[in-house]
Amino acid sequence: MKTDIARIPPPSDDKRWRIIDTTMRRYGYDSHCLIETLHSVQEAFGSLDDQAMHYISATLGVPLSQIYGVATFYHLFTLKPREAHHTCVICVGTSCHIKGGATILSAIEKTFRVKAGQTTADGTLYLQTARCLGSCGLAPVVVLNEETLSKANQNNVIQRIQEIIRHDA
Amino acid sequence: MSRLSQQVVTLKIDGRDVGARSNETILEVAHENDINIPSLCSVEGLSVVGSCRLCLVEVRGTSELVSACSTYVREGMDIVTHSERLSHYRQTILSLFFSERNHLCAVCVSNNHCELQGQAQALGLSHVEVAYRYPQLPVDASHERFVIDHNRCILCTRCVRVCDEIERAHTWDVAGRGVQALVITDLNEPWGSSETCTSCGKCVQVCPTGALFEKGKAVAEMSRRRRFLPYLAKTKEKSS
Repeated sequence: MKTDIARIPPPSDDKRWRIIDTTMRRYGYDSHCLIETLHSVQEAFGSLDDQAMHYISATLGVPLSQIYGVATFYHLFTLKPREAHHTCVICVGTSCHIKGGATILSAIEKTFRVKAGQTTADGTLYLQTARCLGSCGLAPVVVLNEETLSKANQNNVIQRIQEIIRHDA
Repeated sequence: MSRLSQQVVTLKIDGRDVGARSNETILEVAHENDINIPSLCSVEGLSVVGSCRLCLVEVRGTSELVSACSTYVREGMDIVTHSERLSHYRQTILSLFFSERNHLCAVCVSNNHCELQGQAQALGLSHVEVAYRYPQLPVDASHERFVIDHNRCILCTRCVRVCDEIERAHTWDVAGRGVQALVITDLNEPWGSSETCTSCGKCVQVCPTGALFEKGKAVAEMSRRRRFLPYLAKTKEKSS
C-alpha cells in the first residue's frame, strides 16, 4: 500500500533533503518513522520549519497536526532556528571523520570557545554536528550558513568563519 | 472478533449482580444497567484515552483505583462506584479542571449545557479550593462557522478523536506538553485557514464544555447534537 503513494519532490534543491529522504526510505516510508525523520531534519537543518513538516506529512502520510504535536512534545526538537547570526554544521559521518572532520570540530570548539550543539556567548556562531550530508566524495564537509565547504581543513574553515564574523562588524 | 463470541461474566456493581460480556468495560456495563459513573473524556463510539480520571472506581480486593472507561470487566469483580474516598478524589479532579483555565459559567455559551458544570453540580462541588491560574489563552474565531476558545478547553481530546476516527481528517491534535498543552489545527495555524478541516463540525458537537462552539450562539445557547455518532461509529466498525 505504502508504495502507491506518489512521492512529492523535496521543497528545494538543498542537498540536505537527501538525508531526509534516505531516512524515510530506510523505514519504507512507514508513518512510524516520523520521529526518526524529524531527528534527521533537526540534525541537518537545525530546526523543523513548516516547509519540512509539510514535506514529511505528504511523504509519510502523517497528519500535519500530529507532526506538530510530536515536534512540540519533545524538547529535542525546535521549531525556530536557534538565535545565532551564523550556523556552522560539521559533518562527523564516517567519511568526513576519517578525512579529519573531528579535528576541524575540536579546532573550532577551541578557537571560538563553543561546544557542538551550542551558541557562542556573544550569539554570533551556532555550532552543530551532522551525521553524513550525503556528499562523502567531498569529505570533510562543513556547511557554513548556506555555503558548503568541501575538502575542508581546520585552517580554511576557521579563516572563513572569522571572515564572515568580521564582515558583520 | 464478534461481540457475541465473547464470554459472559457476572460481577457486582454497587452490590448489584450484573451480567456482561468479557470485552466490555466497567463503564459500559454500568451504563447498560443505569448505574451512573461520572466521566468527561469518554464518549460512546470513540476510542478510550482515560485522561480525565473522573470515572475512577474501587474494586474490592485491591487498594488501587481503576478507571472504569479503560478497565475490562472480569468474572467475580466487586465494584464500588460511589464512596466518600471517590467523591473526594472526583471533587479534587474537577477543582483542578476549573482552576487550570478560565471557566466562567455565567458568560459561557455552554452554560447549562456543559458537562463539566453538570459533573460539578452532580458531585456537589460548591467551591474550588486550589488557586485559579487565569491563563491568558487565545480565542480563534477565524473559522467561517465555528470558534475555539482555549480558555474553556479541558484537553479531553474528544475533538481530536472524533476528527481522526470518525471524520478521518485528523485536523486536530494536542501540541506542547503539561500545562502548556493546547489543541491545535494543522501546524498550529488559524482554524479558518486549515487545509485539512472539512468543516463537518463533529468536533463542535462532541465538545463537553464551551471550548468549541458555533458562531452566533450567545450565553447558554450552545447545546450539542450527537445523534450522528453511534451510527457513524458502527459503520466504521463494520468497514474495519
